[in-house]
Amino acid sequence: MASFVKFTINGKTCLAEEGAQLVEAAKENGIYIPTLCNYPGIPPKGSCRICTVLVNGIGQTACTTKVVEGMTVQTSTPELEEFRKSVIEILFAEGNHLCPSCEKSGSCELQALAYRYRVTVPHFPYLFPKRDVEAWHPKLVKDHNRCIQCKRCIRGIRNGKGQALFAFGKRGDKVVINIDPETSRDISDALAQEAMDMCPVGAILRKEKGFDVPIGKRKFDRQPIGSDIQA
Amino acid sequence: MSKKIVIEPVTRVEGHGKVTIHLDDQGNVAQSRLHIVEFRGFERFVQGRPYWEAPVLVERLCGICPVSHHLAAAKAVDVIAGAGTGDGLTPTAEKIRRLMHYGQMFQSHTLHFFHLASPDLLFGYDAPPEQRNVIGVALANRELATQAVLMRKYGQEVIAATAGKKIHGTGAIPGGVNKSLTIEERDTLLKGRAPLNADKMIAWSQGALAFFKDYYKKNKAFIDGFSQFPSNHLSLVRKDGALDLYHGVLRAVDAAGKKILNDVDYQDYLSHLREEVRSWSYMKFPFLKILGKEKGWYRVGPLARLNTADFIPTPLAQKEFEAFKAVTGGKPNNMCMHTHWARLIEVLHSAEVIRDLLLDSDITGTDLVTKGKWQPVGVGVIEAPRGTLMHHYRVNEDDLITMANLIVSTTHNNEPMNRAVNCVAKAMMTGQKEITEPMMNAVEVAIRAYDPCLSCATHAYGQMPLEVSLYDATGKLISQRRK
Ligand code: SF4
Repeated sequence: MASFVKFTINGKTCLAEEGAQLVEAAKENGIYIPTLCNYPGIPPKGSCRICTVLVNGIGQTACTTKVVEGMTVQTSTPELEEFRKSVIEILFAEGNHLCPSCEKSGSCELQALAYRYRVTVPHFPYLFPKRDVEAWHPKLVKDHNRCIQCKRCIRGIRNGKGQALFAFGKRGDKVVINIDPETSRDISDALAQEAMDMCPVGAILRKEKGFDVPIGKRKFDRQPIGSDIQA
Repeated sequence: MSKKIVIEPVTRVEGHGKVTIHLDDQGNVAQSRLHIVEFRGFERFVQGRPYWEAPVLVERLCGICPVSHHLAAAKAVDVIAGAGTGDGLTPTAEKIRRLMHYGQMFQSHTLHFFHLASPDLLFGYDAPPEQRNVIGVALANRELATQAVLMRKYGQEVIAATAGKKIHGTGAIPGGVNKSLTIEERDTLLKGRAPLNADKMIAWSQGALAFFKDYYKKNKAFIDGFSQFPSNHLSLVRKDGALDLYHGVLRAVDAAGKKILNDVDYQDYLSHLREEVRSWSYMKFPFLKILGKEKGWYRVGPLARLNTADFIPTPLAQKEFEAFKAVTGGKPNNMCMHTHWARLIEVLHSAEVIRDLLLDSDITGTDLVTKGKWQPVGVGVIEAPRGTLMHHYRVNEDDLITMANLIVSTTHNNEPMNRAVNCVAKAMMTGQKEITEPMMNAVEVAIRAYDPCLSCATHAYGQMPLEVSLYDATGKLISQRRK
């Protein structure tokens, strides 16, 4: 039988299975911690930092933190909220995000978070990087302009032999996530769709699949991100 | 000493236009030009993007008629996706797109006539600017103004039901649409919330036409004579010659009604049209190849459409069409201000088409998309509110756009608008030493008959500052007037 631990989030006493991921444990207790690189079912990475919370007063990413007995967690202080908003703004400023013509608009987690955190104009200067659209694959398009390098696709999408379909290329601020020509050969439509769905933004697209969900039926049209857990 | 007069900016024309009138030593008009100073760059933005993004990207060209760009691009990418040209779509997809388009036509024409043009008719172009605007219309004719606002709203509701939202929706996708109407959406538009329903829109459109015809009776000399000149006319027509705003073949007639472009497939538009670049304008000057640069220019828009079409396939609008045609004995109508009359006949036609489509069971169908053999090139042509709109894309084998050519209605009408300005300048400036307010306004009235959106830019109407500058032959500013 699983053993439960008692801890507090924002002063509220919570219960969760020992060793549960803090993001999930908070959710179970009706508290929303925003995430971007985290994805249920794949090992957490803690790279986007948006889920940063204070654990016993110290900043930690909630996706890589396990709950333990007696832990005190702060998910929402003015500083944390400001920090999260900055992370979102930086992601917008360092890529080329033209939401009005983006296939993922309305279902994009980055855009949804920007709405939740009321980002209007980033405080950081736009970098307008020169990036490509990689479209040689028969079923997939990789739009590097919109990639936030969360690595969900690298970690989560595998072919029938268990090989990753996506891989890192280059280094530093030139880093890109490419489609691997070898491992991605002959992928099924279902796997291509899974890759598109797993991407939090519009960086991985299925060819010819843009805009087939009407406005009003897209993921966040009726239910803003996180509102299913906490208003 | 010759003078150069600059009218800038032109008000109640969206975006920013600039008119220069050159006088000779005797004070006669030597030359007038309408300069289009905006540069939009969409043909470049879309390069390198996947082709299915085109309908959603290029519709941002315009806030008044985004649906036209959305659908022209969608028709072009249909061809690329192998869904054919217009007739390859499923009945539901075709009818939903038509509904979207006629909703757009209805709201945009209403806006153009009532909000932008009717102040000039109601008060005259020499009326003070404080009165000569849409608020003035509302104060003088409350019922008309209320109907205008609600008609526009209805058109927008039709667009929202088909495209997902009123402005910049996503309804059309390569090979079809992403939604049809639910029964509830259909019923709301058909007979829903009073007073907004399909039959009311038809009745109000007839009222608007009655208003215009009454005005015409009292002001015949102005409506017939203001800035009229012969021209060729071009538009799409249905294969049987009917007025069709969504799909058809290209037809052009000359000023006497002779067919000079005989119902050709628009995929082939480059074999029939050319564009000329002139050093003083960003906007190109298209012409019919067969007639050459000098004689091949033409008008597009409501007036041109009623000149090219043989009939209108809805009964009430057809009756109005017959009355309209009777004025010129069945020959093409070359009178600039009759464009407003033609526009209102199209408003009525659109209302009838909307009602008929809502009564069609296909409108709630579920078969939405067709696909076929991929093609590297696609051309989409549609009759936008202001006239024929052409989108032409080429893609590489990876589905990325490598070339885009957009010929918008305003571009087709470039030469006619220049001529219209010239007509007005000649009529009003000859022998005059000073620019008068009515003269400046008359120039705007002429442009507005064709187009309220020179740059297809953001929406602005009402009192914009108007600046008139007077230059001598050496280019020195000798006088300036602002309002
Ligand atoms: S990926 Fe998201 S944030 Fe980026 S352009 Fe698309 S919708 Fe906007």
